[in-house]
Amino acid sequence: MHNYKSMKLMNFSEVTGPQFHKVHVGVGHRLDAFSSGVLVLGIGKGNGVLEHLCKSHVTRDYMLEGEFGKATDNFTHTGRVIEKTTYDHVTLDKLERVLAMIQGANQKALIMYSQVDLHTQEAYELAVRGLLYPHGKSPPILTGLRCIHFNPPHFTLEVQCVNETQKYLRKLIHEVGLELRTSAVCSGVRRTRDGPFKVENALTRQHWTAGSIIQAIAHFSKATRKIRKLEMYKQTAGQLNSNAQVQEQTRMCENLVKTYSKRLTSVIATKGYITKY
Amino acid sequence: MRVCQRCVSLLLSRPLSAVLQHSTRALHQRSHLTLLQHSTRHTLSQRHSRQTWRHFADHQAASPDVYNMIDLAQKEVVPLNSDVHRIDLDAAVHTSPLQEISEEEAVQIQVPSALPPESSTLRPYVDKSETLSKLVQLGVNLWKLEQRPNVGSMLVRLDFHADVAPRLLFLKDLGVEESKLGQLVTKNPFILTESLDNLEARVSYLKSKKFSKQSVAAMVSKAPYLLNFSVERLDNRLGFFQKQLGLSAEKARDIVTRLPKLLCGSLEPIKENLKVCELEFGFRGNEIQHIVTTVPKVLIANKRKLTQIFDFVHNTMDVPHSLVAKFPQVLNAKFIRIRERHLFLEYLGRAQYQPSQPNYISLDRLVFLPDDVFCSEVALATLEDFERFQKTL
Repeated sequence: MHNYKSMKLMNFSEVTGPQFHKVHVGVGHRLDAFSSGVLVLGIGKGNGVLEHLCKSHVTRDYMLEGEFGKATDNFTHTGRVIEKTTYDHVTLDKLERVLAMIQGANQKALIMYSQVDLHTQEAYELAVRGLLYPHGKSPPILTGLRCIHFNPPHFTLEVQCVNETQKYLRKLIHEVGLELRTSAVCSGVRRTRDGPFKVENALTRQHWTAGSIIQAIAHFSKATRKIRKLEMYKQTAGQLNSNAQVQEQTRMCENLVKTYSKRLTSVIATKGYITKY
Repeated sequence: MRVCQRCVSLLLSRPLSAVLQHSTRALHQRSHLTLLQHSTRHTLSQRHSRQTWRHFADHQAASPDVYNMIDLAQKEVVPLNSDVHRIDLDAAVHTSPLQEISEEEAVQIQVPSALPPESSTLRPYVDKSETLSKLVQLGVNLWKLEQRPNVGSMLVRLDFHADVAPRLLFLKDLGVEESKLGQLVTKNPFILTESLDNLEARVSYLKSKKFSKQSVAAMVSKAPYLLNFSVERLDNRLGFFQKQLGLSAEKARDIVTRLPKLLCGSLEPIKENLKVCELEFGFRGNEIQHIVTTVPKVLIANKRKLTQIFDFVHNTMDVPHSLVAKFPQVLNAKFIRIRERHLFLEYLGRAQYQPSQPNYISLDRLVFLPDDVFCSEVALATLEDFERFQKTL
């Protein structure tokens, strides 16, 4: 296990310490403690790509679980109950009407914030292909919303959105309840996609080892390069990054299912130390 | 050359603090002085006629940084004063560093390695200090130890033959394996500063309490701080376990051998855990005894985590007290594991924890089996299904 080329005692690992013990791990779009799902992390040089990801207006997919019949102070089923209501009058088509209304309002907001004049042909084509996105700062906007499962009092919504926070999504459930003249709380927020990073490729807890992480990094290297390239084209021509350099610098983001980045750092640090030999 | 090597060993045998006070060269020269005064043979061929101490002064004069050294020599060696002044005037002519010197003098010039007087790591001292190099060869992780405040300086000051070796031999006699000695010292470097009488007294106390030789060795390897505690403290704790838990002497010995950390920590958290088990969870006395003898870790587990697990197992999984007492491993497992596996079984409709019903799943199998065996035997599904289910939680 020791490097026999230089048997000097002071080069032993017991004296110098592990080779890698400060791994910079950065988090992409945040996921609060109540939510679960895909969380993109960046390691080392990949943290720069994370920034580009944040700026690039990628949409995110969420599955929201809701429950009719009560309202709480923090919009979740674990909060302090403020009121209880009946929900027998709620049917699927009423729910879908409410969802359509919300989606319409969001579409208008999207068009307004994307700062295009919808009377032009290009704007129409962009809108048809779904390529409109808000420039600069904007409030959370839902680009897609539909009901997956309806079993009163429980229901599940699938949402695609931009610039959101999980609290906004829980509030959305509350507002859906209000529109239906009842009340609703959110019993779960789960992110299924963050830009190009989907839940199928996410690593579950058993796979939080150096080998699988390196595999995941390799798997997403194409996507990373794309993100970097997009950002590069956006910037002025002063940047000279050859393809080879981008490939080298790509140590990047990967998916985890729950927010345990501290544990991940320790895993990488210790495993990285062992694999050195 | 031989002289210089002796200087180096003198350097190492003194504690480093002494070295820090004088510069290394002063020490070098002082020993030169004492040794040359007694020896008639010297390697400077040109100045045979002069007396030895003059040779010494000349030798000093010939070396490049003579100005510093002469100051120190004046302070330390009184009889040389007048001669040194006289020679000084002569030597002033010779002291230019561009002056050519003879081969013998060139060979004489020893550049001693300057050990840094202070350093934030032990790395520069490892090659020079016998204690540190032997510790590294033993497998002690010096890097971890130097992170702790003051431990690094303490280790450097230890003398191998007087302090470290007797204690390591003592541990070996006790039965601790050589490969484990490194880990032991890494966890507890203060075992090297504990007095041998105390160590022997504590070991004899444990043996008087009828712990076998192997169990004492196992306890010391598992709990490196064990022998640093006084006899009264060990006695206090052993008495507590026997009285409070109502265990027989043999059972108490058994749990202490398996988990010697019980003897090291304070008793307050253990008392709290016992209270929690009795009052919050509602276990009866004999159930608590059984739990503690099967899984002693419950005594030092985190109270909050224990409560979380028990709450989930009893209220959500609907497992009665008797079953939990029968399989106390469940209280030691990770909460996330229990939760995920239970939800998976519930999703598949196989969450049956009553022994009287068919398709009964015992709690220890729920918790103990690795993932693939759990999926194939208990849940009767594939590992991919389980992972896909995990991603929906």
